[in-house]
Amino acid sequence: MIFEVFRQERKGQPFQHAGSVVAPDEQFAEIYAREQYGRRQESVALWLVARDDVSEIAEFPDEFDLKYRRVDGYSIKTRLREARERAGTLDMAPGGSDAA
Amino acid sequence: MSKRTDLLLSIADDELILGWRNSEWTGIAPFLEEDVAFSSIAQNEIGHARALYELAAAELGTTADELAFDRKPEEYRCAPLVELRRLEWARTIARHWLYETADEIRLATLKASDDPEIAGIATKMDREEAYHRMHAEMWIDRLLSTDDGRSRLDEAVDELWPYALGVLDDELRWKLRARVEARLGRTLPEIEAVPRGVHGAELAELWEEMTLVRRSAPPGSQW
Repeated sequence: MIFEVFRQERKGQPFQHAGSVVAPDEQFAEIYAREQYGRRQESVALWLVARDDVSEIAEFPDEFDLKYRRVDGYSIKTRLREARERAGTLDMAPGGSDAA
Repeated sequence: MSKRTDLLLSIADDELILGWRNSEWTGIAPFLEEDVAFSSIAQNEIGHARALYELAAAELGTTADELAFDRKPEEYRCAPLVELRRLEWARTIARHWLYETADEIRLATLKASDDPEIAGIATKMDREEAYHRMHAEMWIDRLLSTDDGRSRLDEAVDELWPYALGVLDDELRWKLRARVEARLGRTLPEIEAVPRGVHGAELAELWEEMTLVRRSAPPGSQW
């Protein structure tokens, strides 16, 4: 079985994909993941997920050249602030008035 | 040498030599994950050896490195179980499991020691050994789950049994027997233990290799 391993470097940080281990079962996978991704104190926690339990999406059809959806170079910060002011929701925005 | 130092050196030598032997699998273990895990366990054992040598060194007025590398092979106090060269996986796993089982019994008595330094180091070691035992026990489960695995494990345990008994003092051996017999579901022969501190040629060979770098460096070299 293949297990995908996610590790957390410090408490409160997001878990990030670290790699995978091949193991005959979950118990072995736990030992192997601990030794591969935790033996140097580089992780405070690990998540193990059997690869078969991962739902994958790998198709993103783009038949009509939808690149106008991309936001590169388009500064939203000011517009968003103005819109929030109009709506009176400035204080409710994540990060207060600095929200980008 | 005090009884305390003798005890510290016995366990330190067990951990150092077993760590060395297990590290001989680095790069050639049956598969990658096991290679990393087994090598990591070997490094842990050597870390335990260092901590124990440091305690002994404080008493003897020397250093951990000198105790680990500057004694002659015949001065090592390790049990012959750990010095056997067994480059065959079923035997390696059998030795690993027998050692960890014996070590757990030994650590349990040390954790209850009146000597706070000994009790402290045993408690710390046991926290890591718990994962070594988990690893060993999983392999035993797997070996016992097929006829082929079972017969390989039986053969290896039969061969190693007198050596395994030699890891523990006489009064603790019954505990090892009870644990191993219960796990394997069979009785093991009443047999003379191979005593601690009596070494075969394999230890001398290991020592040659282990101390080569240190012996080749001028005295007092800093690492």
